[in-house]
Amino acid sequence: MDQRDASVPTISRIGPFRASIATFGALIGSGFRRYATYRQATIAGTFTNIVFGFLRCYVLLAVAATAAGQRPAGYTAEQLATYVWVGQGLLAVIGLWGWTELADRIRSGDIAADLLRPVPPLTGFLAADLGRALHGMLTRFVPPLLAGAVFFPLHTPSRWQTVPLFAVSVVLAVVICFGCRFVVNATAYWLQDARGPITLWTLGAGVLGGLYFPLRLLPAELTVALWVATPLPSLLQTPLDVIAERDGPALQAGLVALQVVWAVLILALGALVQRRAERRLVVQGG
Amino acid sequence: MIEMRELRKDFTVRVKAGRLRRAKRTVSAVDGVSLSIGRGEMVGYIGPNGAGKSTTLKMLTGVLTPSSGHVSVCGLTPVPQRTRLALRIGVVFGQRSQLWWDLPLRESFRLLRHIYRVPAAEHAARLRRCRSLLDLDAFLDTPVRQLSLGQRMRGELTAALLHGPEVLFLDEPTIGLDVVSKQAVRSFLAELGGSGDVTLVLTTHDLADIERLCERLVVIDHGRVVHDGSIEALHERYGSRRSIVADLAEPLPDGFELPGTKLAGVTANGHRVTFVLESSTAGAAVAGLVAAVDVRDLSLLEPDIEDVVARLYSATDAP
Repeated sequence: MDQRDASVPTISRIGPFRASIATFGALIGSGFRRYATYRQATIAGTFTNIVFGFLRCYVLLAVAATAAGQRPAGYTAEQLATYVWVGQGLLAVIGLWGWTELADRIRSGDIAADLLRPVPPLTGFLAADLGRALHGMLTRFVPPLLAGAVFFPLHTPSRWQTVPLFAVSVVLAVVICFGCRFVVNATAYWLQDARGPITLWTLGAGVLGGLYFPLRLLPAELTVALWVATPLPSLLQTPLDVIAERDGPALQAGLVALQVVWAVLILALGALVQRRAERRLVVQGG
Repeated sequence: MIEMRELRKDFTVRVKAGRLRRAKRTVSAVDGVSLSIGRGEMVGYIGPNGAGKSTTLKMLTGVLTPSSGHVSVCGLTPVPQRTRLALRIGVVFGQRSQLWWDLPLRESFRLLRHIYRVPAAEHAARLRRCRSLLDLDAFLDTPVRQLSLGQRMRGELTAALLHGPEVLFLDEPTIGLDVVSKQAVRSFLAELGGSGDVTLVLTTHDLADIERLCERLVVIDHGRVVHDGSIEALHERYGSRRSIVADLAEPLPDGFELPGTKLAGVTANGHRVTFVLESSTAGAAVAGLVAAVDVRDLSLLEPDIEDVVARLYSATDAP
């Protein structure tokens, strides 16, 4: 092999860093456009989120009415309503359920096409998922929040840092949720079919992520253990507690800091799993 | 451009052995393949189903890790340097799509430009060429999921070429296509290979692809190379000969012999006969036949590559 062969031709006139950003941005755009294709699904999903919002809100408000001092787990009725309705809006943004793309591609062997791109699969799927989340934020987040605001008194943030902190927390929740889904889906490299782990994930993430009820209703030690030992409360409970201002400013920021740790850990795990998987990959079906 | 030495890929298969026990069995999909392919070559890589063609291609592109042996493509080692290699090769899997199911072709192509970081002008020039050669304009704005197989395949070819790869791997690019689409793909590949800049490795079950495109033919069976050379060399090696088919006015007399040929078949109550040319030339055989019997019609058949390959496959099947 001559020398020329061993070098990679420079096909980019702009710097490598800016080129990487441009690639990442284009992939985010592709994720956005792919989801923007399905308008009816967006409308149907939003409607469902709103219906279940009413259900959850009435149940939690009923709990609040019977609780001592009418503050279950330290939430006021306004904070609980905010918790529910922002949560209903965030469901589609973080994409808690229904993402089986990686597992499907492994099962069908289409993962080979992803491996043939000059972008590592974890990066490619993450960018596309951020695009999906951006689409969710623009279409699925606002309607449930509006519905909640019309029918229930909601909590208005009182601190200046709450909204920016919430925005950061949502981005981190999207990344953590993606990382978890990636790892769960990646079990298909070993199992061929990831339906079992995905079912477990759907169940666990809903219960322990803070969707069905605020985790603060559990005994304090258990809540702390869940928060520190698993990434699940960082998915919904953290951004919702941040926007509802459940805690003081220090703890509010501390929970977001914990999300940063989990985001780094889960992406590192995803990269490790992917590297291991590639070494033993069997591409199905010719 | 491509070097393989004693390349192997073993898969472990677990088979049921008793109620709970599973016995491990090792299957060699690729069993010590050594090949060297130079810049600008067009190589046809054929073999029966399960021979190890696709597995080889996946090892060459860095998708699968070889069990042992050495492999290098464009001077890079495919698996550890996969993302760097991806910038320099193009791959088309006939049975899989590399395009985005939900996006129109135009969007897919634009996205590929960013993924491969191709300067806009180069990208536009390549796309223009593909658009005219492959007739893409009619369906450039259709989402990939709505394309017909032939349209999608033309899109796949374009997608594989937009970053100007040095090596193009094609895994059954004409599978399932109709005659017209096959022709379009073949003439496009012929034009591409004719320029001599792109090395082309093609696996197929349609031998017309190979006859039309490749000077070099590698036949693999049970993970081993059983032939490496030109199509003519293959014919020579496996003794495929031309034959004469003649329609006669009267049935062929019993015991008739045509010097230098072998009688290969008598059909239509003895009215149609086939002679395979052995030592005789076609001219001498025809003259001999016409002199001996009343010939109404006559044709000379070139050896059929399908026959040769079928014989080759069944020969290697025998234990």
